[in-house]
Amino acid sequence: MPTKTSENKALRFDLAIIASWIAPRSRVLDLGCGEGDLLDYLQRVKQVAGTGIERRETHVARCIEKGLPVIQGDINAEIRDYASRAFDYVILSRTLQQVYRPAELIGELLRVGRRGVVSFPNFSHWQARLQLMFGGYAPKTAQLPYEWHDTPNIRVITIKDFRRFLGEIGASVIRETAINTSAADHRGRIVRKLANWRATYGLFLIGKS
Amino acid sequence: MSEYIAHDADGVSVGRVEKQVFTFARPPERLVLESGEHLGPVTLAYETYGRLNRDRSNAVLVCHALSGDAHLAGYHREEDPKPGWWDIMVGPGKGIDTQQYFVVCVNIIGSCAGSTGPNSVNPETGVPYGLDFPVVTIGDMVTAQKVLLDHLKIEKLLAVIGGSVGGMQVLEWCVRYPQRVFAAVPLATTCRHSALAIAFNEVSRQAIMADPNWHGGRYGPDNKPDLGLAVARMIGHITYLSDEAMRRKFGRQLQNKSDFSFNFDADFQVESYLRYQGRKFVERFDANAFLYITKAADYFDLARQHGNGSLSQAFSKARARFLVVSFTSDWLYPTYQSREMVQAMKKAGREVSFCEIEAQWGHDAFLLPNPRLSQLIRGFLKRAHEDIRK
Repeated sequence: MPTKTSENKALRFDLAIIASWIAPRSRVLDLGCGEGDLLDYLQRVKQVAGTGIERRETHVARCIEKGLPVIQGDINAEIRDYASRAFDYVILSRTLQQVYRPAELIGELLRVGRRGVVSFPNFSHWQARLQLMFGGYAPKTAQLPYEWHDTPNIRVITIKDFRRFLGEIGASVIRETAINTSAADHRGRIVRKLANWRATYGLFLIGKS
Repeated sequence: MSEYIAHDADGVSVGRVEKQVFTFARPPERLVLESGEHLGPVTLAYETYGRLNRDRSNAVLVCHALSGDAHLAGYHREEDPKPGWWDIMVGPGKGIDTQQYFVVCVNIIGSCAGSTGPNSVNPETGVPYGLDFPVVTIGDMVTAQKVLLDHLKIEKLLAVIGGSVGGMQVLEWCVRYPQRVFAAVPLATTCRHSALAIAFNEVSRQAIMADPNWHGGRYGPDNKPDLGLAVARMIGHITYLSDEAMRRKFGRQLQNKSDFSFNFDADFQVESYLRYQGRKFVERFDANAFLYITKAADYFDLARQHGNGSLSQAFSKARARFLVVSFTSDWLYPTYQSREMVQAMKKAGREVSFCEIEAQWGHDAFLLPNPRLSQLIRGFLKRAHEDIRK
């Protein structure tokens, strides 16, 4: 995808797909925006009115230095201050697996945003499955590089799990893409068949049912 | 705050600058204050740095804190031992770049560094106002600054920036004159004083008023309430530091001695430091001005004044985008107060950035060299300057 960030390095593959779902000139909230690569791209290329929430001071500082409006804080708390429908899209990229109360957060996401964009590492990728089945250890992969005792990931989610979960909380899938990425995740391709086996990440565009 | 004034590490400076004055509200057209009192004439001391560009879109107003003045950066005379109070932030290539922006700093009314205050001569009596000077508010200070900007033909400020009591002025600007402010940076500040902050101010004022030289505010240049003002400053300095800052800076170290003196001299370094700060402060500051400015800070309550008690209603009047910054060890205006401010701005639909900077030096951290703070302000201003011209 011909998407470049300000430093002219390619936008990470999953972020490029998310960016392609965002309508120009829309209002976007990015929860856990890191150093603001996606927001920066969306602001420059799609002229969105974007804002981010991020916990780490160093990341927040990088964003503000780039001219992005970002608030340092906890996404679960910060999202509550926004008026309903304050945004067209609320993005939760690669963070769901670390959220303590996912149902509450997704509920808030669909209150303050017309649409939600949620992506997460797929825990049922074949590598993880094989490691658990034949190795007998908790899986470790490029996307899930942690030991059981130092992982920030407190939720084990698969693409199938997430679809079922959305049904349970009254949310609907508007768009769904599964991707398989290379080690550093900068490159990748879309997975169309046997996604729950072959995809490293699931990406969902969701709305209220 | 002046004890922090440092030469720029790289020797970069805006260079020679001049203090200017502007007088308005000459009777009978006096300035109407929030209290309903009238004040006139009003003189403002101010300084400017850099050049106003052709479309007048690059003006940045910096508001000073309690004991500051209009001398923000550079030197008045070549032999000056120290530059202006925020020389580390304001100058060529610095956080507030004087090659890009036209920077204005105004001494607040009620102060004693060139602008009209209780130490000024009352034209009706021919002697200094003393306590006849009307109580001024943060709103009054901002109103006076706005008259100066009208005079300088600055229709819209690219940004208003200030810390502490200067940050209160920033917030006041945004809701009092929303059309005049494009971007705002309130640093280490609050929308209203906590009981704790009021308590410290009250003890400081009591120290001044208990000084026999104070005489109900009528004192001459040779018998000023220096002891009271020095104690007030010592109290202030305690609140500007922090437990950690004091531990690192002084610990329990003794001052030039190896054992206790068993009398009431300054044994500990922290005692000696506070006494020194107190002594130094009385050389440059007026006791009555201290009373008036601390009162203005205590009265400041953005929600009460502009939002019927609701902070988000107050901020819904604002049009500016915000960059709010707090410091981890600031216990005078702790981060929770900045968070309340940010929350209200979000509810009001304002664009806001917020960063809590890890710093050990307490409330005064915003005056110390801090590359992170400079970078934040630089990035925020750059984007604002791009957007104001769209």
